[in-house]
Amino acid sequence: MNTQTRIPAVEIHEDFRARARKALADPQLRKNFRTAMDSLMTKRAVAFSDADEREGLRTLGNAIKARALSKLPDLLEQLETNLTRNGVNVHWAETVDEANAIVLSIVEAHEAKQVIKGKSMVSEEMEMNDFLGERGIECLEADMGEYIVQLDHEKPSHIIMPAIHKNAKQVGALFHDKLGVDYTNDVDQLIQVGRKVLRQKFFEADIGVSGVNFAIAETGTLLLVENEGNGRMCTTVPPVHIAVTGIEKVVETLRDVVPLLSLLTRSSLGIPITTYVNMISGPRKADELDGPQEVHLVLLDNGRTQAFADSELRQTLNCIRCGACMNHCPVYTRIGGHAYGEVYPGPIGKIITPHMVGLKNVPDHPSASSLCGACGEVCPVKIPIPSLLRRLREENVKAPDSPHQVMRGQGSKYSPKERFIWNAWARLNSSPTLYRLFIFFATRLRNLTPSNVGPWTQNHSAPKPAARSLHDMAREHLAKQPGNK
Amino acid sequence: MSARENILNKLRNSLTGTTPIADTFDVDLVTKPWTYAPEERIAQLRKLMEAVHTEVHLSSERDWPELLGKLVSERQLPSLLIAPGTPHGRRVSEHWEVNPQLPPLKAYDRPIEEWKFELFDDTPASLTTTLGAIAATGSLIMWPTREEPRLMSLVPPVHFALLKASEIHDNFYEVQQKQNWATGMPTNALLVSGPSKTADIEQVLAYGAHGPKDLVVLILEDA
Repeated sequence: MNTQTRIPAVEIHEDFRARARKALADPQLRKNFRTAMDSLMTKRAVAFSDADEREGLRTLGNAIKARALSKLPDLLEQLETNLTRNGVNVHWAETVDEANAIVLSIVEAHEAKQVIKGKSMVSEEMEMNDFLGERGIECLEADMGEYIVQLDHEKPSHIIMPAIHKNAKQVGALFHDKLGVDYTNDVDQLIQVGRKVLRQKFFEADIGVSGVNFAIAETGTLLLVENEGNGRMCTTVPPVHIAVTGIEKVVETLRDVVPLLSLLTRSSLGIPITTYVNMISGPRKADELDGPQEVHLVLLDNGRTQAFADSELRQTLNCIRCGACMNHCPVYTRIGGHAYGEVYPGPIGKIITPHMVGLKNVPDHPSASSLCGACGEVCPVKIPIPSLLRRLREENVKAPDSPHQVMRGQGSKYSPKERFIWNAWARLNSSPTLYRLFIFFATRLRNLTPSNVGPWTQNHSAPKPAARSLHDMAREHLAKQPGNK
Repeated sequence: MSARENILNKLRNSLTGTTPIADTFDVDLVTKPWTYAPEERIAQLRKLMEAVHTEVHLSSERDWPELLGKLVSERQLPSLLIAPGTPHGRRVSEHWEVNPQLPPLKAYDRPIEEWKFELFDDTPASLTTTLGAIAATGSLIMWPTREEPRLMSLVPPVHFALLKASEIHDNFYEVQQKQNWATGMPTNALLVSGPSKTADIEQVLAYGAHGPKDLVVLILEDA
């Protein structure tokens, strides 16, 4: 592959800032993202051309998710009861390790060697491909974008479009390198190469894995959306189907998915509906001729109960994983998905990841935002992402002895020095005497202010107090007015 | 304690002292913008389905087998998978009998395990019926059955679908209500809104990703 166009692989020891800096210096990467995000924003805007209709639907979407979360434990039990009645095996996992162990036990029970996987972000949380790979079990991605990313030993850079950081030339070179096919940058030809390889894999696979978009408690139904048909293949051809999902994906009724589905596909890709909406309510029945003999659902917590515990942070779990927040994020567009270094990039990643891995491990996530508000404005289920980012910033600097333990790794950016400075600043601005004294000296000693004040002066000129304060000038001005003697 | 108990206990603790939020679902929001006059429905469905490369033909209860035969011949398809035991399957068989030049018919009449290779490797086209369609999104409704199993509309590269014009509904909400979905979901229910596609490379739309490359819909206007 042409080394110049190769996307730099993310290295583990780098932190968010270093990765962001590297991404910003990569013009090809920036062009790929800029082009893609511009197009996705336009498509969404066209799909929601009627603002009243859009806002009504967003309000409804928010209400449906809020209602589901307000009775989440009951709905999970109802889902389990109905799925079990339909013949689906339901498993619960608190951690990704537990979830992987469940998947492995199913794989081993069937002596499976080949697993084919439809796109699933929860399986990315679990790092299922690596987990199974280390145990000699092939776990192959079947979504075209995921397949490309896996072939290049990368991670997805977008939750809906995993290979959006690559252009057709890069994919052509990758296929030529890894699959030995002739180089082409014709997208149709590249897709046909993928189709051929993966069709054989669908045919051979012992187990199919998928995610879930909505789990419907009322009927015990797993609803999956997709355009390619790989999701239907993974959930229908192999004799065993394992679905993995987060506990927040449950909705109360089948009717509830009508607006959510519309919000999801229009917000993510700007399309009225995906090519396939696949609703699975059980394994193959005795008189049916195809479909898996066994269906499993793994319900994963992985930090979600922590977000759930706080009524403000709970709104994080409204997310239906459309990706609109990242498509509209000026930070994401410039640094791309890999810079975040975690499974979920962009605004949603910044508010969900701290619950999954601990705030201490992603200390810069909440502050990597200009708080422009675009993410909150486009969110189809109205997650107040900017407010949640501010909240996480607070949790990030909470004193270690704070009685309120909200999240794992909180207070990781706490600094006694910084806290002292802010307290002093607050005092200064709330006491008139202190403030006047400060201004008196600040204006007279203005030439003594330092010209280098840390990161600020890397990109800005140093702040220098004016010769006279506004108070001072206002007093003088008022004194000159007739009648003010 | 099990993971199940731990998760449920944590969630219940967090909800202590709260009451579930009432259901205020406003049906108008998902129906009003998506309601069409009866004579508009075919055009609306057609517009959306054709926009994603679906081939749509208007036909009638009497003539569709002939149209199907013509389309199969034009495409030079070597065979066609049908459900011979169904009323529409019998219509196909009858038409094929009097037109011996048409390619052989095949049936999905045994479990997938017994003919998986043939289905994947030597089944170029299939015909299935539908449970209707949704005008608002340009979607066909399918509930696979024993006669027309799940893979019949997925694995063959060309999929012909029969749709009665009278069964085109306005929106998904209406379909769920009229067909009583919530009271008894099948093993698998599908909405299919075009041939398989992907935009995973540079957002360039390409058809025939993993499912059918061609979706051909025959709308029976008088049925």
